Amino acid sequence: MTVATEIRTGEAGHSGPEIRSDLYVRIEPRDSGGLQIELESRVEAYYGDSIRKQAEEVLEALGVRDAQVLIRDEGALPFVIAARIEAAVRRAGLGEGTRVLPDRVDLPAPSDRDRIRRSRLYLPGSEPKYFINAALHGPDAIILDLEDSVHAAEKDAARLLVRNALRAVDFLCCERMVRINQLPLGLEDLDEVIPESPDLVLIPKVENPDQVMAASTRIAEIKADYGITRPIWLMPILESALGIENAFAIAKASDQSVALTIGLEDYTADLGVVKTSTGAESLYARQRVVNTAHAAGLQAIDSVFGDVGDMEGLRAWGLNSRGLGFEGMGCVHPTQIPVVHEAFAPGANEIERAQKIVAAFHDAQQKGLGVVSLGSKMIDPPVVQRALKLVARAQAMGLIH
Amino acid sequence: MAVLEKAELIANAAGRNVPETVNGRPQVPYMGVGKYRPTGMKASPPICSASDYPSDGDKRVPDLETALRKCGLRDGMVISSHHHLRNGDRVALMALETAGHMGVKDLTWFPSASFPSQKSAIELMQAGVIDHIEGSMNGPLGDYCTQGKMRGMGVLRSHGGRWQAIQDGEVHIDIAVIAAPTADAFGNCDGSHGKSACGSLGFALADSLYADHVIVVTDNLVPFPCAPWQIQGNNVDYVVAIDSIGDPARIVSGTTQLTRSPDRLRIAEFVARFLRDAGIMRDGFSFQAGAGGIALAFVGYLKQMMKQAGVKARFVRGGSTKYLVELLEEGLTDYILDGQTFDLDGIRSIANNPRHVATSPLTSYNYHGKGNFASMVDAVVLGATEVDTHFNANVVTHSDGRLLHGIGGWQNCLASRCTILAVPSFRDRIPVIVDEVTTLCGPGELIDVVVTERGIAINPKRQDLLDATRGSTLPIRSLEEIQREVERICGGKPRRPKRGVRPVAVVKWVDGTVLDTVWQVE
Repeated sequence: MTVATEIRTGEAGHSGPEIRSDLYVRIEPRDSGGLQIELESRVEAYYGDSIRKQAEEVLEALGVRDAQVLIRDEGALPFVIAARIEAAVRRAGLGEGTRVLPDRVDLPAPSDRDRIRRSRLYLPGSEPKYFINAALHGPDAIILDLEDSVHAAEKDAARLLVRNALRAVDFLCCERMVRINQLPLGLEDLDEVIPESPDLVLIPKVENPDQVMAASTRIAEIKADYGITRPIWLMPILESALGIENAFAIAKASDQSVALTIGLEDYTADLGVVKTSTGAESLYARQRVVNTAHAAGLQAIDSVFGDVGDMEGLRAWGLNSRGLGFEGMGCVHPTQIPVVHEAFAPGANEIERAQKIVAAFHDAQQKGLGVVSLGSKMIDPPVVQRALKLVARAQAMGLIH
Repeated sequence: MAVLEKAELIANAAGRNVPETVNGRPQVPYMGVGKYRPTGMKASPPICSASDYPSDGDKRVPDLETALRKCGLRDGMVISSHHHLRNGDRVALMALETAGHMGVKDLTWFPSASFPSQKSAIELMQAGVIDHIEGSMNGPLGDYCTQGKMRGMGVLRSHGGRWQAIQDGEVHIDIAVIAAPTADAFGNCDGSHGKSACGSLGFALADSLYADHVIVVTDNLVPFPCAPWQIQGNNVDYVVAIDSIGDPARIVSGTTQLTRSPDRLRIAEFVARFLRDAGIMRDGFSFQAGAGGIALAFVGYLKQMMKQAGVKARFVRGGSTKYLVELLEEGLTDYILDGQTFDLDGIRSIANNPRHVATSPLTSYNYHGKGNFASMVDAVVLGATEVDTHFNANVVTHSDGRLLHGIGGWQNCLASRCTILAVPSFRDRIPVIVDEVTTLCGPGELIDVVVTERGIAINPKRQDLLDATRGSTLPIRSLEEIQREVERICGGKPRRPKRGVRPVAVVKWVDGTVLDTVWQVE
């Protein structure tokens, strides 16, 4: 005998003439009668059979055997179809504890602690159409966002979509980042996405080190459960005056943190000031982030520049940001990526001078000299260190060979 | 009249099954590129005498019905129209509806292209006023045709192919109805001025030269002479003045917006970089790009590269837009040779700049002539609905067999020295690179490069291009490799929709032979 549970209709996803690469699914569980699947699809002629078969398999795996199912498909890819059906089933109060996972593409090489993070492209977690070609535009990282770009009512569904994307979408050489929700909701996000080994998790609205520790601990537990050994780094986002004040403790809270960043929309809102394109109102906070990050041995990463149409404004922001000591920033549209990369690249003069210093350093080493000199000038050790770092960075960016 | 009966099919040189007769006329199956060379004389219109026309040059009649009656309109005639007024045109439907009111049946409508705003032609087909359409059909008209509801068979031709068909006598136009943004009472017409200005009137030129009767319809009648004239009044029988020939907002776009789609921008940038890296972009070169999103963005990228390299073009070919006009006005090209004018900047330029020249399908495209401009263009950027792994391409039907687009100048442009198809690798989960195209419109031997957001494929026949781009940082890959990648993303090869068995339209090649068949969609 099965125990009677509360049965309700579950729906998920979106359809309509303006929707692309998504689908709407509605599931009405029944007591008997098997699966009745009604499908409308703009790719019916090509993938209609494939969609029906996949729907049956997913429902079967989730233990749904009798239901009236309506699917309105707008050309969704298989990983999206699976996520939407799973979301609808869970919203119907079924399928608890079961995950239906799409085929997995090969994972990229594990991410280095201090890899280059000039650009991270934000992808709203409930908009699958942006996922598939995101990596082609060449950002250093893509960031699947579960937080501000996802409506409160869509958090559960977006989580499944992001989980499936981490498995099924080839993000090429990009570092695969996920921005979870503010804790404690973010911990539920971790349960769903960590088993798929994202390379880095951004924790939003961090105001004290406990929040970072909570996320770090949960990640370590899930990694242990799933036998995941590759690193999953952390990047806390400071978005309030309090967060800025507690910056150093936050930066030092977990040895898994690799970078510290700032969210200017929320920070300026917290201060009650207008966010400008020159950023004078957040100068202190941004400098504090840079200083703290360096003190804690992390990368300092800047916020985003929201005006997609203003490339000159973006360039100016990026150059200024690099001048302050940031190593990268977020991108809200792929067209921002090349501009950001250019802004955060060291200039030709800088590289040339650094190369000379590095050459002089190697020369001194060979000759067993303790002092590095260029011409008649003595070069201080920190300057040598900076030059070595800059040359390595320029090499990694493909600016020199 | 030509009720569709069971057609005899024959395999042509491309291996496609095509009908031996179309609307009662025997056809020549496609024989291969450059293989069919007909002989004989061109068609010609009847000899007329000036004494039969008013010596004061005033050919005005009160309305279109009078003009059609005086032209001897009767059942079964061929009525032609041009599409320079695009989705804003009012004249073609007005003429056909007037014919309907006059009780005439079984007309062949021979537009240079049809537009969605002309969907009420369906009612005229249902009423038997129009038997069939010979010209591009898309949207509702395309669906009507591919559902097998049109009585006669559709004939799809390129712009050059339409000139060829008229000139070779394949299509005899009984009455040409020419919408003119400016005209005088003698029938001289100009497209670049007036409230309904559309720029060039080139698509109407063959109609004016070869039709038995020519009616000019204008909403901007000026005293003789209408100068400059693109259509000569000497070929015109009657002139009708009306309030409005079209909706200006739908004739041209006020501003042509550049695409923000990152994938399209990426494709556009790849095309521009390809022209640069392959050495095609050099001083004195030429190119053609249309008004689609990718083509417009491509012009933007190429412009930057031309400036950086300090090179300029000798000529560019339109459809002209703001972006081509900017090249002309900034001295980055000596000429625009314009087939049709898409936006207000294009109209302003063609009306005022002597280096912005209106062309016709004769000068640009006609294959049965002593050469044409298309083959002299260094590179052309085109779209496609499908391309197969042998570089054969489809531009008229969707993969499910429904008619989506006209051929336009597409087939003619394949004569360019470097033909580039700029296409996304898939649309709505439907791969664009297929094993076999649904409808063959362009033979693969004429298609040199396929540019997608996932990589650039060069036709193995173009070893020169492969050599020229060796060492380029562009992602040059094989079509098969891109196809495999996309099929993996899309979750396997799409099922091929079942093809219908009844031909509803044919696709002509530029020489008038039958290249492929469009089948009824089940």
